[in-house]
Amino acid sequence: MTALPTRKLEAWHYTDLRPLAAISFAPPPAAMAAPDLPGLPFPRLVFLNGTLNAALSARLAYARPFLAPVAAEAEQQPLAQINAAETRDGINLDIPAGAQAGEILLVSQAAGPQPFAFHLRHRIRLGAGARLTLVELAEGEGVYWHNAVFDIALAEGARLQHFRLQRESGEAFHTATLRADARAGAAYEHFTLTLGARLSRTEIEANLLGPAATAHLNSAQLLDGAQHGDFTTAIRHKAPDCPSRQTVKSVLAGHAHGVFQGRIEVDRVAQKTDGYQMSQALLLSQGAEMDIKPELQIFADDVKCSHGATLGALDAEQLFYLRARGIPEAAARQMLIRAFLEEALEPVTHDASREWFEAALERWWRRR
Amino acid sequence: MLEIRNLHARIGETEILKGVDLVIPDGQVHAVMGPNGAGKSTLAYVLAGREGYEVTAGEALFNGQDILAMDPEDRAAAGIFLAFQYPVELPGVGNANFLRTALNAIRKKRGEEELDAVAFLKLARAAAKQLAIKEDFLKRNVNVGFSGGEKKRNEMLQMALLRPGLAILDETDSGLDIDALRIVAEGVNALRDGKFSALVITHYQRLLDHIVPDVVHVLANGRIVRSGPAALARELEASGYAGLEAA
Repeated sequence: MTALPTRKLEAWHYTDLRPLAAISFAPPPAAMAAPDLPGLPFPRLVFLNGTLNAALSARLAYARPFLAPVAAEAEQQPLAQINAAETRDGINLDIPAGAQAGEILLVSQAAGPQPFAFHLRHRIRLGAGARLTLVELAEGEGVYWHNAVFDIALAEGARLQHFRLQRESGEAFHTATLRADARAGAAYEHFTLTLGARLSRTEIEANLLGPAATAHLNSAQLLDGAQHGDFTTAIRHKAPDCPSRQTVKSVLAGHAHGVFQGRIEVDRVAQKTDGYQMSQALLLSQGAEMDIKPELQIFADDVKCSHGATLGALDAEQLFYLRARGIPEAAARQMLIRAFLEEALEPVTHDASREWFEAALERWWRRR
Repeated sequence: MLEIRNLHARIGETEILKGVDLVIPDGQVHAVMGPNGAGKSTLAYVLAGREGYEVTAGEALFNGQDILAMDPEDRAAAGIFLAFQYPVELPGVGNANFLRTALNAIRKKRGEEELDAVAFLKLARAAAKQLAIKEDFLKRNVNVGFSGGEKKRNEMLQMALLRPGLAILDETDSGLDIDALRIVAEGVNALRDGKFSALVITHYQRLLDHIVPDVVHVLANGRIVRSGPAALARELEASGYAGLEAA
């Protein structure tokens, strides 16, 4: 197996995979208990311990047989390299041009008696003008490593809304590498809510390859205890008139450690680029820590790129205002934290999905 | 009834309130006036339970309950409402959600049934109408992008919905034009029912033309130095506060 990246690599400076390296992972066991599936009313594709469960999954006209990857992976993405060598399953969706594919729910559930790893490889293609909303849930129990790769290709004018809820087991590791190519006028709209896993990293690379392609990469993470959550993005503007937006919100309690690394690259030809990046962290305790690394590489001369970062505690004035109106302290804190997250949830325009994320946040709050 | 006896409070090492005595019987409106730095806002904050103030002596009872030992939310449930001098902006918190959460939190603590969204909206719309507040107020984020007057109207809307037993208005008139001033006065006067009482903190007399107090107190250098009928406010307006500190 390819070696795991170490902190000597610049891209891994803030995320230490030694806890992952210290565990020897077995192949995934057969899924045992009947899973409790989310109530979202969408056609589902359900993976149990890394294998598609046909009985629990819808038969989709757009689904193709799993394609084992053949292309070798670049060394710069060691987790994708490992995935390429180890993968056994994943979705393969081909949405034809002009098709309105509605919503699909992608579920990964994992549980086993011993540590195990699985490496899902998903391939999603949207033809010109096609549309799809992909809602994803990753959850489980016990010690495991879920290492996913998504290869996404959006043809001219296609639009993919990709909403992810990561609430893996608190002992689990979750790493996801997402690569999205957007042709002219295509839109990749992404939101990940990170609540689970002992250590997680979501790494997204969006390539804007044609004029007016857009990428919206948002993330919210709520971490507690000794959780580590890393959101790393690279947006490559390779054509003119492309807007990109990133809003990243981190709520860190206990000794949680949040990371955001966001790189925006603007090619010489990518005039009229409009890039926006904002990272905000709310530290709820003394022991919480956040690392933020924005990077802008701009080779065009007529571009608008802004980035900002803030770090702070809950506002005492706001808290007092709510409490003075009779709202108990815990509820007041919850309201302010929810308000803090609001902007990150912006891409989730779909009502049922929005309610589902609200419920997940509620549940996170109750469990604390 | 609010009974404040020998109240001493400090911020850090600085003593601000140096033995305040003040009793507001049910149904009365009392005004507290005084120069800047006299401790007027401190008095309001200490009564509402804001952090950062240390009460070193004395007591404050509301309907016989020792409020100084209570959390701010419990004071609100007991019926104390602080109208802020500078209402706080809450980006990302919708006004309707805020008002309903507050109202239901208080109703729950009082052992009353919580209101569902429909019943709440009906109530809120009626209250807004009475205060000449536009309905889109309810859809906006709390105080975000509100003018000074709108913020104060929003305070009055909250007060109308929460129906406190005691309202403390902390220089609610500052920065208000005459129309907004009338709205605030109407908000307070509408609640005057023989039981509701109010502590109106103000630097100027003009608010008291619209909310006529039963008693006017002068707070100077951390103590009530003079008390009298409504006419005292006019007298002070003419003579100023000079010389009162020594009294």
